[in-house]
Amino acid sequence: MSQLAIKSLTKSYGAFKVFDGLNLEADVGEIVVIFGGSGTGKTILLRLIAGVEEPTAGAIEIGGHDVSDIAPEHRGVGMAFQNFALFPHMNASENIATPLRAAGADESKVKAGVAKVAKLLKIDHVLNHSPRELSNGQKQRTALARALAAEPQILLLDDPLRNVDAKLRFEMRLELPRLLRQSGATVLYVTQDYKEAMALADRIAVLANGTFVQTATPEDIYVRPATLGVARLFGDPSINTFDTVIETEGGTHVVLGGTRVPVADGYRGFGGREVIFGVRPEAVEIGSAGVEAEVIAVTPLNERTVLLLQTLNGWEFLASLPSSAASIPDAGSKVRASFAAVGTHIFDRQSGERLHG
Amino acid sequence: MDHSSSLEKILRSVAITLVLVFFLFPIAWIFLMSLQTNETILRIPPSIAFTPIIDNYTALITGQLRTAAGSLQLNFMQNMFNSVLLSVCSVALSLVLGVPAAYAFARFKFRLGEDIAFTLLSFRFAPALLVLLPLSLYFKTLGLTNTYIGLIWVYQLICLPLILWIVRGYFEDISPDIEYAYRIAGNSWWKTFLKISIPLAKPGIAAAGLLAFIFAWNNFVFALILASADKQPVTVGALAFVTASGIQYGQIAAAIIISITPTLALALYAQRYLVEGLSMGAVKG
Repeated sequence: MSQLAIKSLTKSYGAFKVFDGLNLEADVGEIVVIFGGSGTGKTILLRLIAGVEEPTAGAIEIGGHDVSDIAPEHRGVGMAFQNFALFPHMNASENIATPLRAAGADESKVKAGVAKVAKLLKIDHVLNHSPRELSNGQKQRTALARALAAEPQILLLDDPLRNVDAKLRFEMRLELPRLLRQSGATVLYVTQDYKEAMALADRIAVLANGTFVQTATPEDIYVRPATLGVARLFGDPSINTFDTVIETEGGTHVVLGGTRVPVADGYRGFGGREVIFGVRPEAVEIGSAGVEAEVIAVTPLNERTVLLLQTLNGWEFLASLPSSAASIPDAGSKVRASFAAVGTHIFDRQSGERLHG
Repeated sequence: MDHSSSLEKILRSVAITLVLVFFLFPIAWIFLMSLQTNETILRIPPSIAFTPIIDNYTALITGQLRTAAGSLQLNFMQNMFNSVLLSVCSVALSLVLGVPAAYAFARFKFRLGEDIAFTLLSFRFAPALLVLLPLSLYFKTLGLTNTYIGLIWVYQLICLPLILWIVRGYFEDISPDIEYAYRIAGNSWWKTFLKISIPLAKPGIAAAGLLAFIFAWNNFVFALILASADKQPVTVGALAFVTASGIQYGQIAAAIIISITPTLALALYAQRYLVEGLSMGAVKG
């Protein structure tokens, strides 16, 4: 039985529908990342689960029980907010102690609870500081500690790394999975950073246009994106796309830049279909065969080098090569590019859905 | 760099001094007047050299006003007591009613919410004289004329809109996430209101309460019409100094000094709440 279940959840403000008929289940101890751009309603979803806002329709079940009529304070969830939402008139220690005190723990238990979670998050040296004396990183850890303190069954984390600097974000990305596993809670983690999503998630639920377009493991999302939209959201630089048509005469293929590019025979059934041919920059191989292209620009990015290429008929696309590759072509040189099957996807041009070859 | 900043300092001190002289001189002059007899006050040319006397204060406190025409009963201390009672009770009632109402207007969108809030504010637009005639008729019918309860009720016209609108703004500035966080941590709505919303809006509540107190204290016309001598505050009671034998400048000055003391003391006390930062850096802007 799942720990958290969201059933045909709908939320609208007046005529504006934020999302419509969301379904999601999460098992005990599972980390589910809710991924989506800004304004897709990720935060609202967490608020609905926490109970501080009410859904327009649908149900939320925690531990198998519908919680529609249960007040936020009785739902047994912990939540960390994107803006930290620390209580400014209490010091860090009192902030963290809040859920313990509310649960009626006696003073020694409160102290022990705060000390334990503060040590875990490495903020034991700033417990007496008021929120305004904390750095952003410390604020974020304090907010996280407060959410974890009462060991809730369900932990809702609303983009907790959004407002911390890049270095700390990187550290926390490595640290968080261990921390969250240790807590044993079922975690719903909201982010709009795909790397964060990939690093933390057991499963990723991609929220777009008011619905979960795909809910799958990070690997599945990357390798088998359900739609062009999902493919575009994951990957940096993002996927190259070409408008083309599947042709079946003399082997299944598409034509790119005047050159035939063979595709898997499984696509034969889609002959004549207008499609979008998507190639991840990592799947572009520079060699002696394939589409003719000119190198426009070369951008080294540490371990990878990104090339901007242009086909003879003017299509621009990116290739990302390991910087250690034997030969990185110079700008201005003429090359041939082929595409590895694993990073190549074909999407229906009308619906944006991936076609299965 | 150093030169320009010290010049700036001098100019700033001069400006501050000018402002202080402008605002404090009348008070200082009245304080000096309160220590003089009518004769030394009215001499030409005026001089600041005089022998200070405290007769004006003793006259006010004992209630015996001796004039050239004879002795006169004064109930200044009763007026003072009325002022304190009316202002304190009105502000207290306004806070009890206004702070929760302000919270409701700040947090919840409900039918006619804005209209109700605006109607309450509009009490401040209407000149008091406009409502006085109907009010005095109502008061007669309801038997509220010359009662403290009646006056405190009418003083809500002054205090409630002020408190409601100022405190509402402060509540709106508190991120709802802070309240949500406290609730999710396991606290009821009511406890959240008491432990989070009220403490965070405290500077606003203090400011609004102080302003309302000053407005209530300074009110003249309501008490003049709706109450008689024994229920009237100092503002109305001061009329008694205009006697048949002339105006008692010394006593007026002493009365002014005594009557501004409570507001002044309150303002100095509340000052630290007023300057306290509101959200104190808890929420990432």
